[in-house]
Amino acid sequence: MNTLLECKSLYKSFSGFTALSNIDLSLQKGQIIGLLGPNGSGKSTLLKLINGLLVPDTGSITMGGFNPGIETKKMISYLPERTYLADWMKVSDIVCFFKDFYDNFDSAKAYDMLKSLHIEPNRRLKTLSKGTKEKVQLILVMSRKADLYCLDEPIGGVDPASRDYILNTIIKNYSENASVLISTHLIADIEMILDDVIFLKDGSIFLHSSVDDLRMKEQKSIDTLFREVFKC
Amino acid sequence: MQWELNSERPVYLQLIEQIQAGIISGYFKPGDKLPSVRDLAADAAVNPNTMQRAFTELERTGLVYTNRTSGRFITSDEKLIKELKEQSAINEIKEFLNKMKQLGLDTEEIIEVIRNLAKELG
Repeated sequence: MNTLLECKSLYKSFSGFTALSNIDLSLQKGQIIGLLGPNGSGKSTLLKLINGLLVPDTGSITMGGFNPGIETKKMISYLPERTYLADWMKVSDIVCFFKDFYDNFDSAKAYDMLKSLHIEPNRRLKTLSKGTKEKVQLILVMSRKADLYCLDEPIGGVDPASRDYILNTIIKNYSENASVLISTHLIADIEMILDDVIFLKDGSIFLHSSVDDLRMKEQKSIDTLFREVFKC
Repeated sequence: MQWELNSERPVYLQLIEQIQAGIISGYFKPGDKLPSVRDLAADAAVNPNTMQRAFTELERTGLVYTNRTSGRFITSDEKLIKELKEQSAINEIKEFLNKMKQLGLDTEEIIEVIRNLAKELG
């Protein structure tokens, strides 16, 4: 299979606290991968490292021959855990903003999704509910034609009906060359669309497997397995 | 098609079973052209790779075949479909027999109950 992104012996600590240690990870093209783990297990840190917002203490990340930087940012569409959009802007302003910013942004696709989710492009961001803001941000991220989509908790604040639409968008958006890396706690909602799953435990990879192989081996759903592995 | 999938068992196996059930029930007719993997995956709300895996398996058993230029089709081999039907019936009956054994009925008793019930239902 084709490797899209490779992490080698990654290590990251914050003033003495080890957030990630010894992460060896290789992501293949054309896959939807779930990044799962309890709070504080290192999911967001890993996504930030991949997106060049943090620099590893040791180890390396490569994608298409590049370390995280300008070149990889062209290839990766990232949905951070927090919203960073200026809330005085109108939805349509932000669409223009993204269009200016990214060569691979498709405005028509963004407007199409806004329409499906009944979001009025003339609304200012600050007048939108928390969930609607999250939808706008996800639409922007998914409207880029990227090689890798990194989604950090994309559906947490989104209602179940819209959640279905968003997951469907991810499936339809699927291409043999692109991959989607999703971190979430809503395992039951997303596990049907995953190829692979990664469990992070205390900053290390506890398992990385195909979801169907795991179901076969464990005779249970990924959601149930997660609850057992991380039982408090 | 009405897909009924759960997350307890491998999804590709459930897809295979449900497509087979669709062929047996006549929802998919012999020689029918199938929708694309992508459309079927969206319809079932599963990953396209998982749907592809199900079709790879169905192709291996000959129930489905791919014509390189015109797409994917249900087999026209009615004998194969008949065999599939029989095999499914056998699987269902096996499961049924297991449940009846758990209830403590022996084979003779089971047959007796079925005969009486069939008479009653006409």
